[in-house]
Amino acid sequence: MVDDVFFDLLHHEMVNVFTGVPCNEASAEMNVSKLEQIGFMTGYRLSEKATKDCQRFKDELDVMKFICKEFWSSLFKKQIDNLRTNHQGVYVLLDNKFRFLTQITTSKQYMEILPKYLAFTCGLIRGALSNLGVVSVVTGEVVQSPSCRFQVQVQRS
Amino acid sequence: MSRSTVRTGDTKKVSSDLFALTYGSLVSQMLKDSDNPEEVNKQLDRMGYNIGLRLVEDFLAKTSTPRCLDFKDVAEKLQTAFKMYAGINPSVVNWSSSSDEFSLILDNNPLIEYVELPDHLSNLKYCNIIPGIIRGALEMVQIEVTAWFVQDYLKGDSTTELRVKFIKKLEEALPPGED
Repeated sequence: MVDDVFFDLLHHEMVNVFTGVPCNEASAEMNVSKLEQIGFMTGYRLSEKATKDCQRFKDELDVMKFICKEFWSSLFKKQIDNLRTNHQGVYVLLDNKFRFLTQITTSKQYMEILPKYLAFTCGLIRGALSNLGVVSVVTGEVVQSPSCRFQVQVQRS
Repeated sequence: MSRSTVRTGDTKKVSSDLFALTYGSLVSQMLKDSDNPEEVNKQLDRMGYNIGLRLVEDFLAKTSTPRCLDFKDVAEKLQTAFKMYAGINPSVVNWSSSSDEFSLILDNNPLIEYVELPDHLSNLKYCNIIPGIIRGALEMVQIEVTAWFVQDYLKGDSTTELRVKFIKKLEEALPPGED
């Protein structure tokens, strides 16, 4: 069993390494996408283990519910607080107390540096969905720390 | 059968899965960025160092442990810390005659749970974050050490052995700087 503090510090350090000193805007973006990629790989593999005893999912909404409940609680020990959808492939997941943000700040002062702490988790969601057959684009947005919103846009071919 | 009943007892396990897989993805991303495994070793060590600097605060706060009296004491505290943070219960062996060097045997290391090292990465020290953490954490309590792997399970050895060597006592706490 690995302690949560240890994981939080690893995440923090990962964010530091990949987004530490951006030389310019392009490379900063590139580095955030690496963080997202790490999340993707992790989420992809985790969902495989997490669903091994599950029944088959009925539809896309069922998959999303799984992500919001079981998957999220296995990662962050709480469920997503609110899930909304327009029934056309856009889902909005609201977490009122996002773990990585509660460890950092709850003030408005550092709003502009907070998005990079969401990149890894965006990747986690995208990776898990992708392994469950849903191709998507996931973006994160801080509403007011520690509350944040993840938007999942399902890509249909 | 509802899905949620299946997984509730499993939360502790997931945390170490999450950690192991995140760490694995991190290392593989670093290897993509840099062709040189030595470079990755160095970077992992630095990350570990930074984590260690902070982790020691948490450790001291949670255990309210007093100052270490000697290096044997340090070894014991490290044992406790490994158990607390990584669920590893290392044994302390191979003390040098002057008691300034010992080895930690890391069995059941959660970091390497799903890992297989390909042959061309024989230079990679996969778990190199651990010596970094030890170095960083001990530096914060004014003990300078070096730590390195002498045996690695991932490289075909029967066990993972981490050697820790006492260098000196830091008299005045210097501000921690980047290497």
